[in-house]
Amino acid sequence: MSLIQSLEKEQLKADMPDFRPGDTVRVHVKVIEGSRERIQVFEGVVIRRRGGGMGETFTVRRVSYGVGVERTFPLNSPRIDRIEVVRRGQVRRARLYYLRKLRGKAARIKEKVRR
Amino acid sequence: MKKGILGRKVGMTQLFTEQGLAVPVTVIEAGPCHVVQKKTVEKDGYSAIQVGFGEKRERLFNKPVKGHFNKAGVRPLRFLRELRVEDSDSYQVGQEIKADLFSPGEKVDVVGTSKGRGFAGGIKRHGFHRGPMAHGSKYHRRPGSLGAKGPARVFKGRKLPGHLGAERVTVQNLEVVRVDADRNLLAVKGAVPGPRGGLVIVRDSVKARK
Repeated sequence: MSLIQSLEKEQLKADMPDFRPGDTVRVHVKVIEGSRERIQVFEGVVIRRRGGGMGETFTVRRVSYGVGVERTFPLNSPRIDRIEVVRRGQVRRARLYYLRKLRGKAARIKEKVRR
Repeated sequence: MKKGILGRKVGMTQLFTEQGLAVPVTVIEAGPCHVVQKKTVEKDGYSAIQVGFGEKRERLFNKPVKGHFNKAGVRPLRFLRELRVEDSDSYQVGQEIKADLFSPGEKVDVVGTSKGRGFAGGIKRHGFHRGPMAHGSKYHRRPGSLGAKGPARVFKGRKLPGHLGAERVTVQNLEVVRVDADRNLLAVKGAVPGPRGGLVIVRDSVKARK
């Protein structure tokens, strides 16, 4: 497996901030429109991180105009310009699917207290 | 076949293209191979090269095999396979074949030995449907009817349980995504038959030749 890992290493991103489910992140995505390339920001709560190595992905959920929107990004995709961690959340599980059923006040996540 | 190389399947991963698309790839450690023998139309009636690949402890080779390699002037290698290249004259005995034989974007066929599944039932082997598992059913994964009663025999070719896998399988028209000449690695788009570590033959695609 080490041969694969060494091959993957060339494309793995080294500058990723450490973030986990419950955190609020701002994902800067490169969008290609015709010949132009611009950066679009998608901000929301990380509800899942899965996989490892090259195949690792994470899902960000936000509620926009009353509609829940979830986007799953490959962590190492070159289309991701950068990721900002806006807020660290205190959660007790790794998959925050329960947020889908909640709205408004109930869908809040407590901020993690720094130790 | 214009060119071919022996290799070892390393495993699968995914790589991103410049557009940011994830491409599933199989990594193959292809080469270094050595030409051990040349077959020519004049002498053997057909044109081919015999290629060796892979490490094996020196003492595990017997004298006749060692002699065969010595004649070519190469170290004894684990696998010997014949590749039916159209012009074996363009190769020299002892010549090294490496992964840089191929370049990204090229189409290749990959030959491997599929994973052995042993004696498999009709469902796994031929994709039969199964019966209900519950509600009093006692008919779960059995093969069912073998045909009409009129002929009073089972026709040849009837799909039945039996040995599955561990056979030679060719996957055609796979795209070479990446070539790492230093480490002799090929990344080929899609899946390749066989287990990790299995011997594969990578050769130029039949379909791309036209």
